[in-house]
Parts: sequence; C-alpha cells; structure tokens
Amino acid sequence: MANVRLDKVTKQFGAHTAVRDLSLDIADGEFFVLLGPTGAGKTTILRLIAGLDKPTAGRIVLGGEDMSDWTVAQRDVALVFQYYSLYPRYTVRQNLEFPLKSKVHSYSRAEIDERIERASKILRISHLLERKTDRLSGGEMQRVAIGRAIVREPRVFLMDEPLSNLDAKLREALRAELKDLQMKLGGTFLFVTHDQIEAMSMGDKVGVLNDGQIAQVGTPQEIYNRPRDTFVATFVGSPAMNLVPGDLAGGKVTAIDGKLVVPVNGHAGSAQAGGVTLGFRSEDIRVGPDEATEAVVHDVENHGVEQIVTLRIGGHLVKATVPANVPVTVESKVRFGVDAAKVHCFDAKTGVNLTAG
Amino acid sequence: MATAVMNRLDPRSRAAARGWSDLTIRNVFIIPTIVFLIVFNIFPLIYSLGYSFTDFSAASNEPVQFVGLQNYRDLLTDENIWSNFVITAKYVIVSVAGQMLVGFGLALLLNRSFAFKGLVTTLLLLPMMMSAAVVGLFWRLLYSPSWGPINYIFGLGDFAWLSDPDTALYAVAITDIWMWAPFVMLLSLAGLSAVPKHLYEAAAIDRAGSWYTFTRITLPLVSPLLMIALIFRTMEAFKTFDIAYIMSTQPTTELISIRLYKQAFQQWDTGKSCALAYIVLIMVLAITNMYVKYLNRAKER
Repeated sequence: MANVRLDKVTKQFGAHTAVRDLSLDIADGEFFVLLGPTGAGKTTILRLIAGLDKPTAGRIVLGGEDMSDWTVAQRDVALVFQYYSLYPRYTVRQNLEFPLKSKVHSYSRAEIDERIERASKILRISHLLERKTDRLSGGEMQRVAIGRAIVREPRVFLMDEPLSNLDAKLREALRAELKDLQMKLGGTFLFVTHDQIEAMSMGDKVGVLNDGQIAQVGTPQEIYNRPRDTFVATFVGSPAMNLVPGDLAGGKVTAIDGKLVVPVNGHAGSAQAGGVTLGFRSEDIRVGPDEATEAVVHDVENHGVEQIVTLRIGGHLVKATVPANVPVTVESKVRFGVDAAKVHCFDAKTGVNLTAG
Repeated sequence: MATAVMNRLDPRSRAAARGWSDLTIRNVFIIPTIVFLIVFNIFPLIYSLGYSFTDFSAASNEPVQFVGLQNYRDLLTDENIWSNFVITAKYVIVSVAGQMLVGFGLALLLNRSFAFKGLVTTLLLLPMMMSAAVVGLFWRLLYSPSWGPINYIFGLGDFAWLSDPDTALYAVAITDIWMWAPFVMLLSLAGLSAVPKHLYEAAAIDRAGSWYTFTRITLPLVSPLLMIALIFRTMEAFKTFDIAYIMSTQPTTELISIRLYKQAFQQWDTGKSCALAYIVLIMVLAITNMYVKYLNRAKER
C-alpha cells in the first residue's frame, strides 16, 4: 500500500480543461472519497492516477516515487470501473484469475486458487465462481469487479462510482461492505462518487471537486459543518443548505427584507459590512409559535421520521426539517427561527465562507 | 405461420398510401422470388439429380438409359477424380489459411486511428470488387517469366510460376489470397471495432501483457466473425473455377470444378458430370455444416 500525491495536475482534452492545477494528498491506508457533480473531472483524476490517461502538466507521486512516465502495469493500481468491465464469455473464476495470470507475478496454481477463495469469501461470491458473467445480477457483477481488484495486492484501490448502477437497497448494503473491506485490507482507497451520502458515510476524508478543482478537503464532519464556500454548502447535505441574500452590519445579518435577523459569530462579525449570503441547514431551523419570523407553508415532503417543509417568506423559499409529529398543512401560517450558532455567512461575490467554526 | 407473424403495415408508409394490403405486398415481392428460385435453382437441381442416374449426353441424340448408381460408382473409384479432390483440398487449405492470416493481420493494423484511414481501407478493399477473369489475366502478366514484375522484383530470372507443375497451384492460391483477403479483413474489422475499449483498459489495469490480452480478450470476441469469414471463404474456394482456369493449364491445377467443366462441356458426359456435381455439393454441405455447428458452439460460450 502507498500514499498518493497529485502535484499541480492539469488535464486538457482539446480546448476543454477537465482537471485544473489540482493538488491532492491521500495518506497511506486512507479511505478517500472524491465527491463532485457529473463532469467535475472525478473519473479523469482516477484515469490519470491509473495511467490510462497522461496529465497535460503536473506530477503524480505514488509511495514517494514520481510515476508520471510509468505504464499502467508498472503503477500496480486496481481500478473498479463504473460499468464493471468484466471479461465476457468467461466464468467468475476466470475473471478473478485474470489479474493473477499476468507474467509479472508468476503465482503457482495453489496460490491462485487460495487468493480466489479468500477474495470470493470476503465478497460472498463463492457460490458463483463457475458461473458465466452474463448470468450475474448487477450486484453480483459489481462484487466480481471488486474481487478482481482485491485478489492481488495493488498499491492503491481506485473505484469509479462502483455503486451508482445498483438499486438503492443493494447500494446501501455494498456501502457498508466496502467500508468494512477497506478496514480489513487496510488499503488506500480512492473512491469517486457524485452521491454525497456515500461520501459522508464511507470516507475518512472527502475531497469536494468542482469544475476540475478541489473546493474543499476534510473529514465528512468538517465538510458538512464548515463548508468552505457556497458550492460545498449546497452540494453536501440533503436537502441543500438554505442560502438567502442579506446585509451584514454590527455583527448581525439582516435578510429577507428585514424579516430575518441573525447575529453571526467568528471573524465574520468583524468582516466588512455589506452584502453577504446567509446560509443555514434545514435542521437548524426551529418551527414554533414563539419564533420571530412568519412564513407560509409552501410544500410538505414526508420522509417518515421527519418531514421537509418548504417555507415561503416573501419571494424566498427556505427548507426546514420538522419532526413528523408536528402538524403542518400547506398554505397555513407558521413561525420559525434560525439557530444563530449554526449559521454561515458567505461572501456575496466570491461565495467564500466568512464564518470561522 | 408466415401470415401470423406478419406485422401490420405502418399506416404512414407509401405502400399503405397506395392502398396496398399486406397480402398484396407479399404477392408482389415474394411470389416472383419463389417462382424465380424454382425455375432456375430448384428445378435444375432436381432435374440434374435425375440425369445423374442416366448415361445422358447433351451432345447426342441417342436414347437415354437409366444406369442406376453406375455413374457414382465410376466416379468414386476413379483415381483421377481423387487426385482432383486432393488438388482442391490443397488449394482450399493454402488459399483460405492465407486469406485468414493476411486479412486478420491487415484488420489488426487498420484497427487504430491514422491519417487517411478511410482511403487506405477503401484501396485495400478494391481487389475484392474486381472481376475474377480480369484478376486472373493480370496476375498471369505479373507472373510472366519473361517480363513479369514479380520475377524482376524478387530476382527470380525466368522462373515460370504458372508452367511449373509444382508451383502453379500455389501461384493461383496467392492470387486468390490477394483478391479475397480484403473480405476477411472487412469482417475482422467489424469484429475488432465491436470489442469494447474498456475491456482493454481493464486488462491493462490487471497488468496483462499484450499477447495475453490478444489471446484472452481480442480473439475470443472476434472469433464468431472470423468463423463466418472462414465458412464463406471455404465454400467459395471449394468452388473456385475462374481464376484457376484462366491462369494455368497445368494438370496440377485441375480443381474439381475444372474437372467438372471439362466432363460436362468438353466430353459432353452430362449424366456423369451431374453425378460429380452432386458429390461436390454434398461435400460442400458437409464442410459447411461442421463449421456452422462449431460456430453455434462458439456463440454459446
């Protein structure tokens, strides 16, 4: 296993820049999740690390060695593709054997069998070994694809949205399994996804990617509680963080035509007065008769244990998480307030978070 | 059965606009085809089967006599006929093997992007589109011992490719390879471009060498199309007449179809040649059947 370092990597496809001057450090044995919307350059980064594409500029360092000029085979990484890429016409066993039969290893028959047995036991596919790959379900194919990665000991595991083609139940199960697998193997995992729940639940560290650049790197808690800018704030968390334009003056932000007034802490208080974007998460909204701001219930979305209520204040819509036992009806009037300790203040122009902590 | 699965006409189609019913369409297109097939293929097939049991000669007015299996017995015990079959087998093996190797090799070379790829592919396909008679005549000139460019290039002096009984058959086979390798190339190219690129990437990640990747991924996925090319080329090579007939008069190039032609239209031994034609037909059917069985098995895998 090894650590991975990307050093000012840029990748251009013609006029299009997929990855822009990106630097990233992934520690040995870390489960690193790269999170970003479609087209942010996630897959490109994986392909650059794997060696399937060459960076236009910058270095890729693996285990302390610059491997920018290495071939795919020399890099010795495992890549699980989004579309599995199992070898057709072969059985599961033959697919798992494939990486072991490479000339670089020269494993004995007994060792190959032992490795396949171990991997298939971990992934619970032992009963499928003699089956042809086209007779497998999506979840089974995905396990085989992961199995092909773990039968050998690659220096890094790269996974390209491996769960995105599965149904919700299976995705949840495999999420836990993958995390478990990583703990067992102690390997360096770089997992790419556009699903923020996957990122939050699996990652030791999460890197949020926006338009080929890293927006923020941190633990899931840091990303969630201290988003560096409005992009991270809205991309991570469901429902997305509420953002309303406001004015900062005297340690207070006045928003929504003066209807919502929130004191802000940290250095934002000392920041220059003027236009800001006020951000707060739906669960930091309190709904009750004694609260300061009046709103109209625009929409109610029932999620079982809780309900997501969309509130309308003037022309603004704000989402609030309300316990399921609180009765709310559409178009009724309610009062709400925001937890002042949890609000964020973003620069109205750059979107950078002005609130510390 | 045919009517049951026939689909309704698309109401916007031209035929529908002209007020043609499904039945009319069937009558207009299918019945002429069936009539044509019966008159020119099936009837002669059955009629010649009848002749193969007689001593009929198309050149004489003598009464036709039924001779039973005599024609078949004569042919199958005739050593000359067997030597024709051996020549044919040699020719089929050399020419089809050559076409497969050259055609698949060219396809592998063409299966990447380079400048003028379309033009190069089209040029390579040209031999296939020429008339066999023209190809035969030109290659006779190329092989010419006195001023043919082939001997000049290879410095073979006045070596007579087509008059030397040992080389004539191979010279003809080379011509056939030149003409039909593009056909194999075309099918192989279709097969190669259908191999998903991500499989090659997966193999690279799995640290497979290029030969391992070729034998484990490329070949298995292209093999059904190669098999189809092999079936077509074997059938055609077995029936080869034109190139060999035009290029060489050596007895060592007397393929079974040339023998058949001589028997039917030079010796006017019509009954016997019908029997020989049937023997050839059964052989081609048998070989094709073996291939098709193998192809189906390959597809199941």
